Amino acid sequence: MNNQRRSFLRNSMAGSLVAVSVAAGLLTPSRVLAAWPQAAFDSTDPTEAMKGLLGSEGFEETSKIKLRTPDIAENGSVVPVTVKTKITGVETISVFAMENARPLAISADMSAKARPVLATRIKLGKTSKVIAVVRANGKLYGATKTVKVTLGGCGG
Amino acid sequence: MAKKKLKVRASGKKGYAVIKAILFHPMETGLRKSKETGQVIPAHYIQEVFVKHNDAEVIKVNMGIAVSKNPYLSVEVDGAEKGDAITIGWLDNLGESASADVKVS
Repeated sequence: MNNQRRSFLRNSMAGSLVAVSVAAGLLTPSRVLAAWPQAAFDSTDPTEAMKGLLGSEGFEETSKIKLRTPDIAENGSVVPVTVKTKITGVETISVFAMENARPLAISADMSAKARPVLATRIKLGKTSKVIAVVRANGKLYGATKTVKVTLGGCGG
Repeated sequence: MAKKKLKVRASGKKGYAVIKAILFHPMETGLRKSKETGQVIPAHYIQEVFVKHNDAEVIKVNMGIAVSKNPYLSVEVDGAEKGDAITIGWLDNLGESASADVKVS
């Protein structure tokens, strides 16, 4: 990125949250443009979200991805999800909750130093397929689990 | 003392470290209505989480509204040894942020 563009961006963003974050040291200049994938997270359609985030909605189902979720979630607000894989060259691990209002729940970008593991807890609005998609060496792999929800987790 | 915004632990294993964190945050979806006022409660949720090992960013986690309140996160970093520095920082949709530094123990 040339310096004119960088200083233009810095000036136009002065006072914005980006400027604050740069100052706070949380975002270094090289990361300023590596933005949060808004379109994918805002999407209400899971295939659109997957395509927007990963470039494709097709993936190879594989047992090389271990997706751990409870079979039945009594509290849909807190559903533990663990993704582990033996696949090498992992670039991202993403989790989609297919019946949620916004299906893309989380997506982790893994550098070469990161082990291909991700654990978190997500909200499920209702009984839903949960899909973990791993992008490795440019290819998409996935594993699917169905989680039954007895008490929906999105509140309201 | 200011309210704690996150809790992190980094445990050294053979050749790697397991990092577990709880990020204290309401993770409000923006899809809920207040029972008293009937107004939509505005969205307020962590969007980005950075994990650094000895000052180099190794993992970037992007979150959406479906992540549970007070997000739990567990990741692992190859080559992280006892005494190494781990930093986790989060940034939310309203521009709030917080970070914590721990040593791999």
